[in-house]
Amino acid sequence: MSIAELTAGLTINTALARRMLVAFIREEVSKVGFERAVVGVSGGIDSSATCFLAAEALGAENVLALRLPYRTSSPESLEHAQLVTEQLGVKTDTVEITAMVEPLFERFPDMDNLRRGNIMARARMIVLYDQSAAFGGLVVGGGNKTEMLLGYSTLYGDSAAAMHPLGDLYKAQVRQLARELGVPEVIIDKAPTADLWPDQTDEDELGFTYESVDRLLYLIVDRRYTLEEAVEAGFEPEFVEQVSQLVRNSHYKRVLPLVAKLSTRSIGHDFLYLRDWGR
Amino acid sequence: MQKRLKLGMVQMKPTLGDVQANLDKHLAFIDQARDEGVDLLIFPELSLTGYMLQDLAFEVSARPSADSPLFAPLLEASQDMDLVVGFVDEDRRHRVYIAAAYLAAGEVVHVHHKVYLPTYTYFDEGRYFAWGDDIRAFDTRFGRVGMLICEDFWHASPPYLLWLDGADLFLHISASPSRGLGEGAQPDSARWVEQVNRAYASLFTSFVAHTNRVGFEDGINFWGGAVAYSPDGDTIVKGPYFEETLVTADIDLQDVHRTRMRLPLLRDERTALTASVLARIVGSAEVSR
Repeated sequence: MSIAELTAGLTINTALARRMLVAFIREEVSKVGFERAVVGVSGGIDSSATCFLAAEALGAENVLALRLPYRTSSPESLEHAQLVTEQLGVKTDTVEITAMVEPLFERFPDMDNLRRGNIMARARMIVLYDQSAAFGGLVVGGGNKTEMLLGYSTLYGDSAAAMHPLGDLYKAQVRQLARELGVPEVIIDKAPTADLWPDQTDEDELGFTYESVDRLLYLIVDRRYTLEEAVEAGFEPEFVEQVSQLVRNSHYKRVLPLVAKLSTRSIGHDFLYLRDWGR
Repeated sequence: MQKRLKLGMVQMKPTLGDVQANLDKHLAFIDQARDEGVDLLIFPELSLTGYMLQDLAFEVSARPSADSPLFAPLLEASQDMDLVVGFVDEDRRHRVYIAAAYLAAGEVVHVHHKVYLPTYTYFDEGRYFAWGDDIRAFDTRFGRVGMLICEDFWHASPPYLLWLDGADLFLHISASPSRGLGEGAQPDSARWVEQVNRAYASLFTSFVAHTNRVGFEDGINFWGGAVAYSPDGDTIVKGPYFEETLVTADIDLQDVHRTRMRLPLLRDERTALTASVLARIVGSAEVSR
């Protein structure tokens, strides 16, 4: 069987996904006493799809979509974000993070792109959580399964949110869902980018395509293929090894901070309740 | 025995760990069902407590008796409508069980303790709950009934044993999470459960009713989709997915008689042969379980 045949399960019923995710947002927002959401919109497919879902779940008037550009952010990103907010009729604001982050960049002039990108992502988190308090809405994040598994996110930056509705959808599946939701085609079709520096694209930075890594992750994670079986299925051994290292080495981003167990009942170990405790 | 049954199946969204709120919701659904002329109303697994209880398991437990503040109003409500409710049963030795109680005419007719506790992937029931150790049918005004809870009927033996023990009406209650999103119109887990319940109705020429909860717990979704199958394996009624609602079915209990005249699977079932082969298999050193 070809890799494409083995990974045919990546095709989803988008109407069902939409229904479940809209209900998820509505219920998990309302049961903690909120009816509003704050979404950072970058002009990319993930945040656009998230904004569409939040608007459908809560009503456009209950969604605050924030554009959070840095001075080098691409004008196209801002325009695409505006396409989304205008199409949906959500509340919107634009807060430049340049003045927040530049003093730190100047303090450490030899800072590389990775550090600068992380600071920008965390500055955006600060604005989102401040607006969460001001607007009275939960922060709804745009993390998808591919980037969460690869650790391709900033801890306490774009990973910080009350929920990630797309977190169990691979990038290819987000594309399918985005079409169902009516996200503008220009956003669906462009190359994904974190837009942390000019001309950055995810696939350049990662060194592989979403299409190939989605298929590999689907086999390893969802279908429980061993790494050897993934190679036998036709993936390059170096690629399989690289991706498995990324997944393992980024697991710290997918769990809560560690607590040293001392007592007989310890947070994070045996004080076990869901977040939805009593709700 | 009554010849007809108006069955009500509640696709309920419980509040996790808030027993009083859940009791209030039960009583509201009971009122609604009474208005609709329901004779027997079944609620989903752990309907009085919520599903993923973890440490709450020990905080929400109850004893099914008239002196329980939780069960007293339910027993009162059962004076004119039979009820099946899901709860955490704590025995005198302080073991807790995932349980279903059948209440009728102000009495506790039967309590079933879940015998298969899924403890794999994100299921963690075995960490908290004791394993039930009996499977038994019981008599009601609608004939002999068998009750099973979710994972119980993912295994073939509990429904089979209930059938041999005389059950013609199977009441299956679940907190069944949605998992497996593919190209189908429902989650894979829903398709699976529907397949096996329809198969039990067909194989046992019996009525099978299944109700499942709805709502989310920490992002885990429950799909609802209550359904009743006839002894021919046909769908009598099917509720919507994901919605909190009451689903009712008009059941002609005489259909068992009609189907079994045509298809005498129960008459021809070779129970003694099954028992002797089982004894050989269980006694054999070569076969593990």
